[in-house]
Amino acid sequence: MMDLPEQRLREAGFFSLAVKTPGFVIGVLLSGFFVFVAVLSLYWTPFDVTVFDVPNRLRCPPFQAWVGGLDFPSAQSSWFGSWQCSAVPQYQLGTDHFGRDVLSMIMVGARTSIAVAIVAVGIGIVLGVPLGLAAAAQQGSFFYEFIMRTNDLVFAFPALLIAILITAVYGPSAFNAIIAIGIFNIPVFARLARGAALSLWTREFILAARVAGKGKFRISFEHILPNIMNLLIVQGTIQFSLGILAEAGLSYLGIGVQPPTPSWGRMLAEAQTMIFVAPHLAILPGMAIVLSVLGLNLLGDGLRDILDPKLQRDRS
Amino acid sequence: MLVFTLKRLVSLFFSLVAASVVVFFVIEIIPGDPAALMMGINASPEAVEELRQQLGLNLPPWQRYANWVLGLLQWDFGVSYTYKTAVSDLINDRIWVSLPLTVYALTLSTLIAFPVGIIAAARRNSATDVGIMGATQLGIAVPNFWFAMILVLIFAVSLRWFSAGGFAGWDEGFLAGMKSLTLPAIALALPQASILARVMRSSLLDTLGEDYIRTARAKGLSRSQTLWRHALRNGLIPVLTIIGLQFSFLLAGAIIIENVFFLPGLGRLVFQGITQRDLIVVKSVVMLLVFAVIVVTFIVDIAYGIADPRLREGR
Repeated sequence: MMDLPEQRLREAGFFSLAVKTPGFVIGVLLSGFFVFVAVLSLYWTPFDVTVFDVPNRLRCPPFQAWVGGLDFPSAQSSWFGSWQCSAVPQYQLGTDHFGRDVLSMIMVGARTSIAVAIVAVGIGIVLGVPLGLAAAAQQGSFFYEFIMRTNDLVFAFPALLIAILITAVYGPSAFNAIIAIGIFNIPVFARLARGAALSLWTREFILAARVAGKGKFRISFEHILPNIMNLLIVQGTIQFSLGILAEAGLSYLGIGVQPPTPSWGRMLAEAQTMIFVAPHLAILPGMAIVLSVLGLNLLGDGLRDILDPKLQRDRS
Repeated sequence: MLVFTLKRLVSLFFSLVAASVVVFFVIEIIPGDPAALMMGINASPEAVEELRQQLGLNLPPWQRYANWVLGLLQWDFGVSYTYKTAVSDLINDRIWVSLPLTVYALTLSTLIAFPVGIIAAARRNSATDVGIMGATQLGIAVPNFWFAMILVLIFAVSLRWFSAGGFAGWDEGFLAGMKSLTLPAIALALPQASILARVMRSSLLDTLGEDYIRTARAKGLSRSQTLWRHALRNGLIPVLTIIGLQFSFLLAGAIIIENVFFLPGLGRLVFQGITQRDLIVVKSVVMLLVFAVIVVTFIVDIAYGIADPRLREGR
């Protein structure tokens, strides 16, 4: 059987193909920057996010002065006292209503997003992939039907509804948010692994392994799994970006990461009441979300194009 | 077709039963004592016991489940613990915000995605195509609630064309109601339109690569004629699935968007239900939304069977 993409990849090499895919390069740069900022925030942030600099609260970013178009109604009529939205040079992205540095909060928020998304995707892979492989190995059995029907059922609950159900019972927390996003990832990976494994089970090298006396379990892990790794990595990237979006949405509703841990969704929720007086608080964390999600999506799409251009993205 | 429909109906029935069991299990079995959960930690034992009586929690679980499902079938969800009114009244009231919002957003998303996707496919690899693909990539990355806030900033704060939130109500007239739903619907529709446009494009490109398209071109049809007469119809099938799927995303998205704009819809109701620990409201609305998603999936399946006879046998 001819495998054109694999051949192309082997002949040209991953790196030279990667450089020719502009989306991939942008994706790597954006995602790399995002991860770098998150790691950096472990060791250094411009300011401590737990310190309230009350005299300097609700400062605008200094650059707002030269971005002429961003001129919003003045702050005189605000409910927060008699401050003016003026900038002070030490806060590069301004401060929030407690006087916390927005730049530092966005940096720590990147860490929160990554942590939640990694664990949620991890749950999906660790539980979903074995389920999918097992279902494919026992096609037609009761177990197979059961797994597939359960998958369909989980798909019928939008992820947000699962999260709402869980928080309604256990109360809001980062842990519950992770579980909720993770549960939704399980059928995604189970379905993907099953579909890819099913087509591999008909191939000759699997037949050879069976003839050699290997059991279904060993074949699944020693032969099927390595061959669907590419797919899993691509889907993992996509789910990672969806996880960041989901975390932001849950935290925005107040049922995700709880204060005082900074998170982008939480920052947006707090910014909403102050949108008339301090619009930068609403704009900046959102841009952080957009750039990181965009980076991960470009990375995933680029990887898919390089590893196998024929693959279709599965967004559901 | 009849066998196909019957099979789907049976599967629809079991999905609904399974979903209701899951919702019931999560809300009423896992937390231990729902009455204590709803009253909070400061409640007196007598008050909790009274609520237990009122909710019928002293019955065995299977009987509670049967009562709940029988109630659901008669559109009777019980009495809200915080609002002190029938949940069905609350839902009847709020559904007329959520449903129009979802349909509005779905219409917008389809109206944007179709032409955009078709143009991108027709001018494949041109600057237009690259531009459209870049824009949709951005559209997918934008969280709808943030986009909503930006819309408020531009159209409500700066330009003052729309109000920043709230719902005028249908009593004020159809246009006033639609106007207050416009910004929320745009915010909901943008990411979905981006996904839909991409699906539209790739599905059309797949179809354009088929042999019968080459045949059509060979017999003398122009490029645009083949696109409109042959490719579009066949390319629409995957797009229909995505539209069906989007309904559930839009319903879930509406929960967040309604909270951004303070719209008195089902999303806001379920959210307030959580903050006030009103499990009866949460349970009912979640079940209703899941029900809607399952039924829409069923309708899409049937529509499929009608549109493409090959799919009837495949299952």
